Amino acid sequence: MAKTFTFELVSPERLLLSEEVEQVVIPGTEGEMTVMAEHAPVMTGIKPGVITVVRAGSEREQFVVFGGFADITPDGCRLLAESATRVKELDRADLARRIEEVRAEVQGARDHETRTKAEEFLGQLTTLEGALLPA
Amino acid sequence: MPSLKDLRNRIASVKATQKITKAMQMVAAAKLRRAQEAAEAARPYAERMDAVLANVSASISGADAPPLMAGTGKDDVHLVVVCTADRGLAGSFNSQIARLAREHIRKLQANGRQVKIITVGKKGYDLLRRDFGKLVIDRIELREVKQIGFANADAIAKKVIGLFEAGEFDVCTLIYSRFKSVISQIPTEQQIIPAAVPQAEGESTGAIYEYEPDAGAILADLIPRNIAVQIFRALLENAAGEMGAKMTAMDNATRNAGEMINKLTITYNRQRQAQITKELIEIISGAEAL
Repeated sequence: MAKTFTFELVSPERLLLSEEVEQVVIPGTEGEMTVMAEHAPVMTGIKPGVITVVRAGSEREQFVVFGGFADITPDGCRLLAESATRVKELDRADLARRIEEVRAEVQGARDHETRTKAEEFLGQLTTLEGALLPA
Repeated sequence: MPSLKDLRNRIASVKATQKITKAMQMVAAAKLRRAQEAAEAARPYAERMDAVLANVSASISGADAPPLMAGTGKDDVHLVVVCTADRGLAGSFNSQIARLAREHIRKLQANGRQVKIITVGKKGYDLLRRDFGKLVIDRIELREVKQIGFANADAIAKKVIGLFEAGEFDVCTLIYSRFKSVISQIPTEQQIIPAAVPQAEGESTGAIYEYEPDAGAILADLIPRNIAVQIFRALLENAAGEMGAKMTAMDNATRNAGEMINKLTITYNRQRQAQITKELIEIISGAEAL
């Protein structure tokens, strides 16, 4: 049996999850990564995407996050999410509304830099929507 | 001397008022519990954020620090964000915050600083308008918001950071009421820009982190978020404090109404008695005259 570590998922409004898990797949800004026990200390940004938590006995649970940070140490992983929900509780209308908002931001962007940033975010969100829709 | 009928009417109206204040007290108690829960739930995030921030900033030297942390190097223009409630009837809750804000602004002005004000909550604007009406550059009302969410705080933070990036101010202070207990709320001022960074605790992991993409980029992203978190915390503490103050104020009002009813009832009974006695005397003296 694989070793477990403490995984905490916190959003500003509440502590969503704090328990022993075997592995966690997180969407880092530099690409997806799987965190297991005794991972080297890493701090990474999170882009909008799906987090998969695997508990002992390979029981899975999925969350959607909209950006944030992960603080990974050998004995635990703390994920500070901008906002996070369980996949099954996700409100599709809410996601669509977010996408609309970002789209408006892209249109209204004044300089090149903010536009690129907003476009990138929009791309991430639409990918996320695409990944979730068939579910 | 009021007539018996007047007294009866007074008693009835005070009783009606008492019922209202009693109901308001109970509503405030229920809302207080909810607000406290929300504040409680927001705590873990703020704590973890502090820990992460301490870790990251320890690995960044002063020169590389983003401007939100290092400041503009000047101290000329101050932005004061005053957070109050949107509603009154909460005892001295709003006026205490306003008093602290007024003192703070006067002190800055006495030192020759330029002051700009953003008010969050309707009452703050109402109370500061007379003295500093021209200094208020923006006001935000959260009246429509039932439960304060992170999105509300984030919107305020974005506005503040936008102003900072446009070079509108050098130092930003947040004034709100810290929730100590149901009967005690302490008006507090807290500097949020340049951000005060929590010091890493001695027992920190001491691990050497790898950063993705890099420490600077993470910090540049982290600081604005931390400002939003600070504002969020202030709003939640304020919400809890408002309800606590309202509960105490309404409790007092209910008790006062009770006392008033007692006094009025005694006066009413005395007068009734006096009138009965008077009527009896009239009858008896009438009978004796025969």
